[in-house]
Amino acid sequence: MYLRKTILATGVAISALATASFAHAEPTAEVLHWWTSGGEAKAVAALKEDFEAHGGKWVDSPVAGGGGDAAMTVLRSRVLSGDAPAAVQLKGPAIQDWAEQGALADLNDVAEAEGWDKVIPPAIQAVMKYEGDYVAVPVNIHRIDWIWANPTLLAKVGATDAPKSWDEFNALADKLKAAGITPLAHGGQPWQDATVFETVVLGLGGPEFFQKALVDLDEDALKSDTMKAVFDQMRKIRGYVDADFPGRDWNLATAMVMNGEAAMQIMGDWAKGEFLAAGKVPGKDFLCSAAPSDHGYLFNVDSFAMFNVSGDDKVEGQKLLAELIVGEKFQETFNLLKGSIPARLGVPLDKFDDCAKKSEADLLAAQEAGGFLPSMAHGMALRGHLSGAIVDVVTAHFNSDMSSDEAVSRLVEAVELAKD
Amino acid sequence: MGASQSTESNLTARIQRHLSKIVVAPSFAASLFFVYGFILWTGYMAFSKSRMLPVWDWAGLRQYERLWQMERWHVAIENLLVFGGLFIVTCLIIGCLLAVLLDQRIRAEGVLRTIFLYPMALSFIVTGTVWKWLLNPGLGLESMMHDLGWTSFKFDWLVNSDMAIYTVVIAAVWQASGFVMAMFLAALRGVDQDIIRAAYMDGASLPRIYFGIIIPSIRPVFLSAIVVLAHLAVKSFDLVIALTGGGPGYSSDLPATFMYTMAFQRNQLGVGAASAMMMLATVMAIIVPYLYSELRGGKKNG
Repeated sequence: MYLRKTILATGVAISALATASFAHAEPTAEVLHWWTSGGEAKAVAALKEDFEAHGGKWVDSPVAGGGGDAAMTVLRSRVLSGDAPAAVQLKGPAIQDWAEQGALADLNDVAEAEGWDKVIPPAIQAVMKYEGDYVAVPVNIHRIDWIWANPTLLAKVGATDAPKSWDEFNALADKLKAAGITPLAHGGQPWQDATVFETVVLGLGGPEFFQKALVDLDEDALKSDTMKAVFDQMRKIRGYVDADFPGRDWNLATAMVMNGEAAMQIMGDWAKGEFLAAGKVPGKDFLCSAAPSDHGYLFNVDSFAMFNVSGDDKVEGQKLLAELIVGEKFQETFNLLKGSIPARLGVPLDKFDDCAKKSEADLLAAQEAGGFLPSMAHGMALRGHLSGAIVDVVTAHFNSDMSSDEAVSRLVEAVELAKD
Repeated sequence: MGASQSTESNLTARIQRHLSKIVVAPSFAASLFFVYGFILWTGYMAFSKSRMLPVWDWAGLRQYERLWQMERWHVAIENLLVFGGLFIVTCLIIGCLLAVLLDQRIRAEGVLRTIFLYPMALSFIVTGTVWKWLLNPGLGLESMMHDLGWTSFKFDWLVNSDMAIYTVVIAAVWQASGFVMAMFLAALRGVDQDIIRAAYMDGASLPRIYFGIIIPSIRPVFLSAIVVLAHLAVKSFDLVIALTGGGPGYSSDLPATFMYTMAFQRNQLGVGAASAMMMLATVMAIIVPYLYSELRGGKKNG
C-alpha cells in the first residue's frame, strides 16, 4: 500500500516535472549573421543580451568574411538541407527572393500586436513584406547620399559649408584642386563607384528620375540625356580624386578627410563611425551634410529575415526575437553602436549625435516629398544580377576613358541582358 | 587448428593481394563522386534556369548565350590570354635560365636553390597582398623612388586599368618561376655527361652545347612545365583577389573570379556554371592532347 502510494507520488511528481519543463521550454533562435567586427559585433551582442534577458536561448552562427557572400553560401546549403536558421541577416530584394522560394515565416501576428504598420516607414515596410505579409524585420536605416567634409580644408578656399548644388560642388572642387588639395577622397572599388554614381543620379535627375532609372529600370530613363549628364559628372568627379584611389577601402578614404589629405567624401553614414571613433566632433572637426538633391534620401536598411522553423521553442524564439528587434530599446542601443538611425520612427533621439538627428529630419521631409528611395548600390532597389549589371558599367566607365554616350548604350544593353 | 591456420593465412594472402585496391578504393570513390560527379552536376546546371538556388528546369543553351553576350566575360577571356601567355613564357624563360646558371656547379648552390624555390611555398594570397603593397604607387616602389629623390619615376600599373593584368603576371611569375627552375634543374642533372664531354672534345662552345644538345634533350620537361603552368593560369583566383580585386573596375577579372562573382554574389548560378564549363573546356584542350601524346609515347617506348 505504502509502496503503491510512493510510486504514484513519484509518477505524479515526474509528470509534473515533465510538464513544467515542457511549459518552460526556452524560446530558442539561431541567428546567422556576418557582423563580426567592431561596432557591428557590439551591436549584435546587445541584441543577444536583450534576447537572453527575456528568457530566450541564443544560438550564434556568425559567418565572417566576404561581405556576406560566405554567409549566403552557408544559408543556401542550410535551406536546401531543410535546416534553416531562425533569423538570417538579409536585406533588400534578397528577402523577396527567399520568400518566393517559400522559405520565410509569416510574422503578421507579432506585427499586429506590436503595431509595426504605424511605426515603420511605408517604403521600408514594402521591403519587409512579401505579398502583404511581414517576413522580415528592419534593424536600422543608413543614409547613403552624404557628403563628409573637412571644414579646415574648405575654409582654405573660403567655403564654410559643403556644396548645395552640383554646380557648386564642381566649382568648389575646382578651387580646391587649384589650391593643391585633393577635392574628393574615394576608394576605387565597384561598390564605392556605384555609391557616388547613385548619389549623382539622385542629385542631377531628382527622386522621380531615380525611381524610373534605377528602381523601375525604365529604358527611356536609362538612355535619356539626364543619364548622359550623370556620366559627364562622373567623369568630372574622376578628375577630383587622387591618383592612388583604385582598390582603396572606404575607411581609408574617410581617414583622408579626417587627416586633412582630402576635403570631402561621398559615402553612407557608416563613415560617421570612423570620425566618432577617432574622437572627432560633428559640426566642428567634420561636417555631415546631405549630397545636393531635391529632398532625396537614399536608404540602406539592414534586416533579419525569419525562416521557417519547426518546433514550438523555435517558433516562440523567432517571434520573441522579431518583437525585440523592432522594439524601441533595441533600436536605440543598436543604432547608437552602428551609426545609423532607428528603423522605427518616434524613437527619442536624445542620445544620438547631430548627424543622426539631421538624418531623421531629412527622412521625414523626403517621405513627404516622395524622395525616400532605396539605394541601388547597396542592394536595396534591385536584385543582385540587375544591380550587378549596372555597377559593372558604372565602374568600367569610371575607370577608363569611355564616353558618356557609350556608357549609356552599354547600360541599356547590360540591363536588357540581365533582365531575361 | 591446422585448418583454421590455413584459412587465416588464406585471408591474409587475399588481403595482401587486394591491399592496394582496398587502400585506394575510398579515395577513388570520393574523387569519382566529388570531382566527376560534381563536374556532371555543374554541366547540367549550365543548361538549367538556375539563379539563386539550383533548379532543374531546362534552358538549353540560353546561359551560354548570355555568358558570351557579357562584356565582362570577354574582358575575363582576353585577360586570361594575356596573363596565361605571358605567365607561361616568362616562367619558362626565367626558370630555364636560372636552372642553367645553377647547373654550373657553383658554390652555395643549395642555398640559392632554396631561395629561388621558396616563393612557391607561399600561398597566393600572401604573394598577392605583398605585391599589392609593393606596387601601390602611394605606398611601395613609386613612393620609395620619390622619397629617394627620383620624382619623375612612375610605376602605376596596379591602378591603371589597361596595365593591371600585367601586375598579376609579375606576381605570378615571381611565385612560380622557382618551381619551373627546380623542374629544369632536375632534368639538366639527368642529361648524360658523356655526351657533353664528347661535345667539348669536338670543340663546341658552351652556348652551343646548351642550345644544340642539352635543351633539346630535356624537351619533355618543357611540355610538363607548360601543362602545369597552363592549368595554374586558368584556375588562378586568389592571386587576383588579393592583388587587384579584379580592378580597377573589372579590368583584371579572370574567368575564375568572373565565375565566383556570378555564382556567389549575383545569384546567377546558371551563368556561373556555364563559365565554369568553359574553363573546364580550356583545361581539357590543354591536358587531353598532352595525355594522348604521353600515353602514345609510353606505348612506343614500352
